[in-house]
Amino acid sequence: MAKRTLTITLLLTLTAPTLTLAADWLQFRGPQSAGVAAEEKLPTQWDAERNLAWKTVLPGRGLSSPIVVGDNIVVTASSGARQERLHVVCFNGDSGEKRWERQFWATGLTFCHPKTCVAAPTPVSDGERIFAFYSSNDLICLDLQGNLLWLRGLTHDYPNSSNSVGMTSSPLIIGDTVIVQVENESNSFASGLDTATGSNRWKIPRPAKANWSSPVALTDPESGETIAVLQSPHYLTAHNPHTGEELWRYDAKCSSAPSTVVAANRLYVPSKGLTALELPTQSKEPAILWQRQRVKFTYPSPIVYGDSVYTLHKSILTCSDITQGEVRWKARLKGPFSGTPVIADGFLYAFNEDGLGQVVDLTREGRVIAENMLGERFLCTPAVAGGGLYVRSDGHLWKIAQE
Amino acid sequence: MRQLCNGAAMICVAALFPMLLVSAPPVDDAVRTKAVQLLKVIQKVEAEGRGNVAAAGAWRELAQLDPHALPVILAAIDEEQLITANWIRSAVDAIAERAIRSGAGLPQTELEKFLKDTSHAPRARRLAFEWLLQVNPHAEDRLIPTMLHDPSVEFRRDAVARLIAAGQKEEKAGKDRHPNAVALYKEALTGARNEDQVKQIVERLGIYGETVDLPTHFGFLMRWKLIGPFDNTEKSGFDRVYPPEEAIDLQAEYKGKSSTVRWIDYVSEDNYGMVDINKGLVEEKGVAAYAFHEFTSDIAQDVELRVGGKNAFKLWVNGALVYNRDEYHHGTKLDHYRAKARLKEGKNAILLKVCQNELVASWTKVWRFQIRVCDAAGTAILSTTREVPAPNPADSETDKKSATANAKGGA
Repeated sequence: MAKRTLTITLLLTLTAPTLTLAADWLQFRGPQSAGVAAEEKLPTQWDAERNLAWKTVLPGRGLSSPIVVGDNIVVTASSGARQERLHVVCFNGDSGEKRWERQFWATGLTFCHPKTCVAAPTPVSDGERIFAFYSSNDLICLDLQGNLLWLRGLTHDYPNSSNSVGMTSSPLIIGDTVIVQVENESNSFASGLDTATGSNRWKIPRPAKANWSSPVALTDPESGETIAVLQSPHYLTAHNPHTGEELWRYDAKCSSAPSTVVAANRLYVPSKGLTALELPTQSKEPAILWQRQRVKFTYPSPIVYGDSVYTLHKSILTCSDITQGEVRWKARLKGPFSGTPVIADGFLYAFNEDGLGQVVDLTREGRVIAENMLGERFLCTPAVAGGGLYVRSDGHLWKIAQE
Repeated sequence: MRQLCNGAAMICVAALFPMLLVSAPPVDDAVRTKAVQLLKVIQKVEAEGRGNVAAAGAWRELAQLDPHALPVILAAIDEEQLITANWIRSAVDAIAERAIRSGAGLPQTELEKFLKDTSHAPRARRLAFEWLLQVNPHAEDRLIPTMLHDPSVEFRRDAVARLIAAGQKEEKAGKDRHPNAVALYKEALTGARNEDQVKQIVERLGIYGETVDLPTHFGFLMRWKLIGPFDNTEKSGFDRVYPPEEAIDLQAEYKGKSSTVRWIDYVSEDNYGMVDINKGLVEEKGVAAYAFHEFTSDIAQDVELRVGGKNAFKLWVNGALVYNRDEYHHGTKLDHYRAKARLKEGKNAILLKVCQNELVASWTKVWRFQIRVCDAAGTAILSTTREVPAPNPADSETDKKSATANAKGGA
């Protein structure tokens, strides 16, 4: 523990102000929103006696993923008779001990479909700060010690910007802007806020249509700048993260729940099945590389790993070639799934809603090599960092790690 | 594997530090002055994050204050200013968390005095209570039973839960104890404001032949005048001003979507005050209707009008728009929308526009609403001229359909 702390301290000193560690998992689906931790070595089997480093109690419900910032594991939760209490909890990644907890009162609507809850969006971190977002459109910025830096009540500021089924879109950080998509049938918008102060850098109208997908970042091949991609049921648009200016648009219907994934200058968009887009160069619209209408989605987002793209619909895991979209193999898992699986060291880890963690060997055409039951309902996407696999239910947070 | 229960761990900390159970002297004037000064900075936070930077600086100083300052800080929490209330409550959490960890203790006597003072914001009192429990878990058994009619819904909820549990215990003890159970349930009902608890009580009372006037308990408006349908093609009717928005004339006739329309009487027979416009007027898509209710208040007073419904709506009280919601068929529940309004003494005009979209799926046919008038704790405020129809059995068909549709989330 002491050695790890020293290592972290040295790294922080040497790399400031960019404090994030390579192994951190700072947002929904981790680095580059890819859902991949290629170098991580995780156990394939776990139960009460094996490879469970710790299990701790959470103060409320949540679909949000844990995030990992150094040795801090940060989780959001919501509780109360009307889900009106918002929690941000920080745990010690090594021991599972709670470091601090902050609570807030929801300032926006808290009504959700019974399956989801107010703590549905995954928090995001820039390595120095935590940005916790909720279905009530409360956005809270804390430092790693739990000190409040700023907060916003976006429904408070912009009435009727809510969805009575519940909001789930997770925030994204690009540079010094935190980007949120608040898309619904009434007052629909996206906004970029200054990470230091919480003030608006920009706010743009979005289609008045319910949307639960999350924004992603990509590097513009021409400028080398990182830009934001916002997916909506009516179209997918790219924006300057600092100004909100629209850079290009893919004008086609997209899914409203699973989110786009970016890999090697290409976007894999849940649109008309699955659509692979080549990023635009001179034109103002990305080119369609291929489209596979037979690919279906429920909630999990696609994952690109190696030269394959993986999709999960109900209980069927499909592996497709990323150059043509041709199906390579399909495997039947035990569903249903709400969270997106993660991939580490050639294995795909998929937790179904019953708490069954299934480990799939991607080198053996999707053979399920282990099933590990934790016995609680899992709706979240796991996080992977520092040899640990973190999953949460409505009541608990687990760290799964090799003993 | 290590299993950690962090809530229990906090209580264990209290056991290790006996000084946590000792009350502390009150805050000195210098700390009070400092706290008030910092709180003023935080209270200047405005919409869109204006004032955040100054507030963050003040917060950092506030969070370092001695725990004896907690009552002063808690007192600044304003139920009507939730943004600044969140700034303040997180400072309270930071101070209390640090104080317990360090063994410095919390000012128990002051916290208890604060939470018992109902002039403070219910949220602030509850926050004081929850930190008090961290150092004195037994206080709950002493305090909660006294809070059945507290202004705080959360305190009430806990008190009601205890009475329900006591009633269930009496039921299990034998038939001769059933009258005790009924008495406990009836007492619980006087404080119950949450739908789940009320339903639980009504169900138990129903077993013993006891009926509950649910519309009156909740304060649902049951008698309405309805008019429509007006045109809402492509949702255009939501912002279009039809004659009822300009003046209420219950004798007038207007041009509706496809024919002349006039006001009709409608009396809800639903225990939860649901008004089914499909039944009252006509089952049609792409339309809007108005509902009018005259509410007589014995005094001028602030109230909440709580609306449930899956259709877009606008709500006016005495001609002033108090809430609007342009969303269709995304689920609802009791008290979904809470509109604040000021009633005048005497007659008050409550007007609702309810819009229906043009989707054709079966679950989009629902065109209905419920409204109740209550105070901030959810206690019914009744019109002095209220006439209520006889209540239905608690598990009426409407309730069942509503519950099923809500569970599915779409209808």
